[in-house]
Amino acid sequence: MLTFVARRIATIVPTLVFVSMLIFGLQQLLPGDPAKVLAGEEQDPAVIAHLRATMHLDKPLPIRYLYWMRGVLHGDLGESQRSQQPVTTLIAEKLPVTLELACLAIIIALAIGIPAGVVAAVKRGSAWDYGASVFALWGLSTPNFWLGIMLILLFSVTLGWLPASGYVSPFENLRENLAAMIMPAFVLGNAIAAVLMRHTRSAMLQVLSQEYVRTARAKGVSERAVILQHALRNALIPIITLGALEFGTLLSGAVLTEQVFTIPGFGKLIVDAVFNRDYAVVQGVVLVTATAYIVLNFAADVAYAFVNPRIRLR
Amino acid sequence: MSRPLRAALVAAWVALVPALSIAQTLHIGLAEDPDVLDPTLARTFVGRVVFAAMCDKLFDIDAKLAIVPQLATGYQWSADGKALTITLRPGVKFHDGETMDAAAVKYSIERHKTMPGSNRRGELAPVSKVEVVNPLTVRLDLSAPFSPLLAQLADRAGMIVAPNAAQQEGDKFGNHPVCAGPFRFVERVPQDRIVLERFPDYWDKAAIHFDRIVYTPIPDASVRLANLRSGQLDLIERVAPSDMPQIARDPKLRTSKITEIGYQGITINVGKSDLAKQNPLGRDPRVREAFELSLDRQGIVQVAMDGEADPGNQWVAQSSPFYAKNVPMPARNLARAKALLAEAGVPHPSFTLMTATTADAQRIAQVVQAMAKEAGFDVKIQSTEFATSLNLADKGQFDAYVLAWSGRADPDGNIFSFDACKQPLNYAGYCNAEVDDLLKRARTAPDVPTRAQLYSEVAAIVLKDRPIIYLYHRHWLYAYTSRLTGLRSIPDGLIRVQGLHFE
Repeated sequence: MLTFVARRIATIVPTLVFVSMLIFGLQQLLPGDPAKVLAGEEQDPAVIAHLRATMHLDKPLPIRYLYWMRGVLHGDLGESQRSQQPVTTLIAEKLPVTLELACLAIIIALAIGIPAGVVAAVKRGSAWDYGASVFALWGLSTPNFWLGIMLILLFSVTLGWLPASGYVSPFENLRENLAAMIMPAFVLGNAIAAVLMRHTRSAMLQVLSQEYVRTARAKGVSERAVILQHALRNALIPIITLGALEFGTLLSGAVLTEQVFTIPGFGKLIVDAVFNRDYAVVQGVVLVTATAYIVLNFAADVAYAFVNPRIRLR
Repeated sequence: MSRPLRAALVAAWVALVPALSIAQTLHIGLAEDPDVLDPTLARTFVGRVVFAAMCDKLFDIDAKLAIVPQLATGYQWSADGKALTITLRPGVKFHDGETMDAAAVKYSIERHKTMPGSNRRGELAPVSKVEVVNPLTVRLDLSAPFSPLLAQLADRAGMIVAPNAAQQEGDKFGNHPVCAGPFRFVERVPQDRIVLERFPDYWDKAAIHFDRIVYTPIPDASVRLANLRSGQLDLIERVAPSDMPQIARDPKLRTSKITEIGYQGITINVGKSDLAKQNPLGRDPRVREAFELSLDRQGIVQVAMDGEADPGNQWVAQSSPFYAKNVPMPARNLARAKALLAEAGVPHPSFTLMTATTADAQRIAQVVQAMAKEAGFDVKIQSTEFATSLNLADKGQFDAYVLAWSGRADPDGNIFSFDACKQPLNYAGYCNAEVDDLLKRARTAPDVPTRAQLYSEVAAIVLKDRPIIYLYHRHWLYAYTSRLTGLRSIPDGLIRVQGLHFE
């Protein structure tokens, strides 16, 4: 087992180095001069020259990469050229916000998608099934941006129940935090719920036609137990994988929703950084995301190996 | 409830209510997230909106663009125009308790001039020396007379920072700015909020009626408006013109507007690169004249801006004392445009119009395309993301470019960098020795009539050469809760917090 872990770690390091080079290299392909973008309206040549020097843009690409790597190895991801805040601070500030939003969205998606899928499968061909399908179609085809604005108009402007925007830390005030997060989490969760519902429905239909379900019914197990204990548990495996994948996409894919509800999250951070050509922020955010994916992958590999000894020996 | 207890509660209530009603926060929605909050390094328009509540300047401008004193009480130019003596307001304190005096002014102006990366260096270039005459008098010596200086000192170059704090923080001062304005910095969460609190020792504290200001950047105009309607915000800037009629019908909201000091125009590549010679538009002034004559400015304003702009043909609006009356706004004239194109030998010229990806810029481009087509032009629209378009403009890889300028209080700030040879914002690549000479003389001329005369001479040449075709001056549009009163509309578009209060 130890050799296996050591071997996996040995492959992680070159992967990370390669990823860091890729991030750095790809970013140079962005058109436009970051010093000019950051120099603002006046475009003072002295300011542009100063920005070039502080961002090491006057040095060749490999040297710039080494400057950046030296910082990264010391735990310093550089500083935002626009706001002058350290990139590590920005990430530490924004990542938990998006994590919370993603968790709430997934909870909402699971809470809606799975029961709807189960009902649609069990009552196949009934009004329930069609209703759930219409709901799924609606969820998939409603743009997040539009739904967000509609919810704001209804719940914030007309009814005045929820705040239209703004983020409050849950440690500061949990109630206000949830009030601010419920609408964006619903908007994000709604689209995922639709996907989950479709998958749950087809997985359930497949499982319900299996022989062990028939056996269970023949044994006189109540219909409720057949569906919830025998069928659903087996149908859930692909759904959980799907949910986990959707969660990953939410971390960087919640940009539009974050924009509508002005939630200062990870997606908004990177989009603004790209438009402002704030290289240090773009590099830092992408590096952190890539590292997280690689580490999670590693953890999954180790977990598989732990569960299944055959993988260790391969 | 016993009678004494009830009485005590009533007394407590009476005592508390005024205290509660005084503790007020003003929530302002901004269209963008500001850049660094250091007056020396700051580079964006939206940053100036925040500075207006935090960092007082030596001078300010009023609704008629006249220079009025702020941290200064008065000024005197020397006879040769090469020294400006400024008297300062006594008893002014910075947010950290340090005294604002002549030494602090000297420190700030020298910081603006020498700090690496300073965006103020160019604005203060003619200032050669700052002399402390006495604690409340400071003299700026200039290498040559420079009449736009007062207007510069009414903007970021005139913001005075606390010397001790600035020295301690160095280039990180923008993370904890300390100035002498009505509100002091509390915290900033990038892309989320900037919080300021009332400075109790502000020199004009009677004009301040809020305890806190929270600025929230919300880039989308309809989301900004939804936040105002739901009561999350009290005041928003840069309302979408198409939302104005709907807001006007809402009894809970009020609007206010004023014509900007900037402009929206189309910059034409007349000499920035070889492309200028390859395209009839860049090569032949007659084609540019025909292009201008094909445009109906009033129509563009109606379609692209829902009427929320004043048509204009110069770098300053018609209301400005510097507007050149000798070059009035031409009316649309298709027959003349077609005749000019025929004369130039290109009845159907074709060129690419580069625009930003924003909805307004695209709308302008589409209206221009349709109007110019009627005169025979084939305009191809190229929408380009901002950073890329800036790069293409700088390299001269464009035929025409829809570009706006936020404007400066002095006309020099709206034309010098655009039309003088080899200046940083001269994307047109325009260079004319006579114009250069006139623009330089207009900078040194001491009084408005002389300068206005020089600018009318500039206009006579530049508006014929057409490196930039000016289209209109936008309205700064604000919407706010009807509880809020005292909002002053100043053409620079900044929000002055003095006098603002809830009814």
